[in-house]
Amino acid sequence: MSTWLNNALYGWYPYFALTIFLLGSLLRFDHSQYTWRTGSSQLLRRKQLMWGSNLFHVGILGIFAGHFVGLLTPVAVFEALGISHTFKQLLAMTAGGIAGAACWVGIALLAHRRLFDPRIRNTSSFSDTAILLLLWVQLTLGLSTIPVSAQHLDGHEMVKFMDWAQGILTLHPGSAALIADVNPIFKLHLFLGMTIFLVFPFTRLVHVWSAPVWYLGRTGYQVVRTRRPVPRRSADAAAGSGNVGDD
Amino acid sequence: MRIRAQVAMVLNLDKCIGCHTCSVTCKNVWTSREGMEYAWFNNVETKPGIGYPKDWENQKRWKGGWTRRRDGKIEPAIGAKWRVLSKIFANPDLPEIDDYYEPFTFDYAHLQTAPEAKATPTARPRSLITGERMEKIQWGPNWEEILGGEFSKRSRDSNFEGVQKEIYSTFENTFMMYLPRLCEHCLNPACAAACPSGAIYKREEDGIVLIDQDKCRGWRMCVSGCPYKKIYYNWSSGKSEKCTFCFPRIEAGLPTVCSETCVGRIRYLGVILYDADKIEEAASVPDEADLYEAQLKVFLDPFDPKVQAQARADGISDAWLESAKRSPVWKMAMDWKIAFPLHPEYRTLPMVWYVPPLSPIQSAAAKGDLGEIGGLPDVKSLRIPVQYLANLLTAGRTKPVELALERMLAMRGYMRAKTVDGVINDGLAERVGLTGGDIEDMYQLMAIANYEDRFVIPTAHRETGEDAYQLRGSCGFSFGDGCSGKTGFNLFDAKTPKAKTPMEVE
Repeated sequence: MSTWLNNALYGWYPYFALTIFLLGSLLRFDHSQYTWRTGSSQLLRRKQLMWGSNLFHVGILGIFAGHFVGLLTPVAVFEALGISHTFKQLLAMTAGGIAGAACWVGIALLAHRRLFDPRIRNTSSFSDTAILLLLWVQLTLGLSTIPVSAQHLDGHEMVKFMDWAQGILTLHPGSAALIADVNPIFKLHLFLGMTIFLVFPFTRLVHVWSAPVWYLGRTGYQVVRTRRPVPRRSADAAAGSGNVGDD
Repeated sequence: MRIRAQVAMVLNLDKCIGCHTCSVTCKNVWTSREGMEYAWFNNVETKPGIGYPKDWENQKRWKGGWTRRRDGKIEPAIGAKWRVLSKIFANPDLPEIDDYYEPFTFDYAHLQTAPEAKATPTARPRSLITGERMEKIQWGPNWEEILGGEFSKRSRDSNFEGVQKEIYSTFENTFMMYLPRLCEHCLNPACAAACPSGAIYKREEDGIVLIDQDKCRGWRMCVSGCPYKKIYYNWSSGKSEKCTFCFPRIEAGLPTVCSETCVGRIRYLGVILYDADKIEEAASVPDEADLYEAQLKVFLDPFDPKVQAQARADGISDAWLESAKRSPVWKMAMDWKIAFPLHPEYRTLPMVWYVPPLSPIQSAAAKGDLGEIGGLPDVKSLRIPVQYLANLLTAGRTKPVELALERMLAMRGYMRAKTVDGVINDGLAERVGLTGGDIEDMYQLMAIANYEDRFVIPTAHRETGEDAYQLRGSCGFSFGDGCSGKTGFNLFDAKTPKAKTPMEVE
């Protein structure tokens, strides 16, 4: 791969993708919140969704957490904790492999359902199908990096990716050069990963932003809204009492 | 005491003729859109029957409403908050479209375009979801109309609990009634409680429960949470939708579309004042059969000066207080005790109430084998079993239902005596704990049922509403693509329902 192309894809493209990801999400949330939804098709067909969706979501959340912690924790932290690169890589391969396999089975069930169930196929938008297949390809690529990683268990390749990701996020010029010579399968995986960030705001994936963890913190169960002009302080006090939570 | 007002509804089942005008007018106004074809914010069921969606009253299956925990607190039957979140990827308690019915249309165009043939052309059904041919329509929004189908299927109706239902399978003993259903706009809505996004809310001003369409994310827990199955997931927009109690009309002092168009004049709308601080206590009473009585205690007497003073302090206007005094709902639910909540055992404290229907006297009673009591037929000899009505309206307790039926029989007897025989029979009224004046009032409201008596709706106060200046020139609710969207291209994957004329071929 030429230096120019490598630099374009792994030096500039990440910033392009992240910019669209963040600004696009913000714009959609602000401008078109009615389209901000999970897009569940469970109502139309329960079959294959119970297993498919659970396996997919649990798997992909595991993988996301693994990538997040694994790539963005500074190398020095692992060293300070006494976690060797070999151990970390083995852990990533095993845990990632298990989560990835679960996710792969789940996504296979979901994709089969989406493509071959007439109810789901006919009610899917292009982006619904495209994002599912894109994730599937990306997952397959990710899983097929495991045998490649098994070739070099000392973790030096892994550290390259950590340095690259952290370099990109900390705006270090020249980060692309760090991964210039890694196996093409990793490069493909990275490229597709950034592409998923790029298309994220234009698909149903935006529901990830709205994971309703705040529900656990809601006081009481009920939500009451008023159109009376309520002074901010008394509204907050009322919300504390458990029954009123305006907005 | 924290007083709020709600525009509540009563349906007099004694006069419902099952014409479905309410359902059709509601559909035309609110749900004739892609994704909502299967949804009926208002539907009319023939009882006994399993209803729409199938078997909705069976909460062992659907887990709607609330359960009381051992510590006396209540939580949604689908589980506490963490349980709800654990089901978010795939909700095990969600009905499938087939539990409602697969929406269909017919190939009407074929009737006009068919070539000349020996047989008359037919319009065959087509699915509104897949667009494919449906060889056979398996179920519809009102499949059990007038006791359609076999008794063995119909009698899976949960209200038969404690009733020896086999007797009612025979033609001589069969019974039926209509049950129009809409969102109950509960005081303790389980849908709102189950919504992880907090998109479902109860309006403080008039008690209407709404879904914020912008905040709804389609987690679909509300569909399971609502025991009445009156929240519908729009498969096209990916949002849940529900009966809005026609709030734009209510705000303007007009009745809901279903009430306005009701041919039998069975619907009543009026203000009820309630104590918001008592809701939790009332919904948590240990014995389910006490829930009806407990809900009565949440309602506040609009004639009580203390209530009036507190209501004013809580921001309720004089117009609303005046309406509360004239409320037909108050009269029927509180003064005469002839209206009851639908399935109070779900612990949601519903606010759409029902007057139980009278029914023909069984043939045995008509022959004189069963006696009259004090000039009134024994309500136990009515064709619809009192236990069945009690299972529907009072969590199984028959006493209140019996009294209501007796009062309605007394009203008929009293008015017949007065208008046919020219006799004022106050004894009849006293026997059911009313006065002649009460009976006259009941007659006026329930039999004559004038428009202005049925609908006592104060208008919303615009000065406390949103700032109209900011709304000027805006395009209103637009299904997600704002006021623009002239190109037909949508950046964010909004599914814009295409306008279809009736003549358009799919």
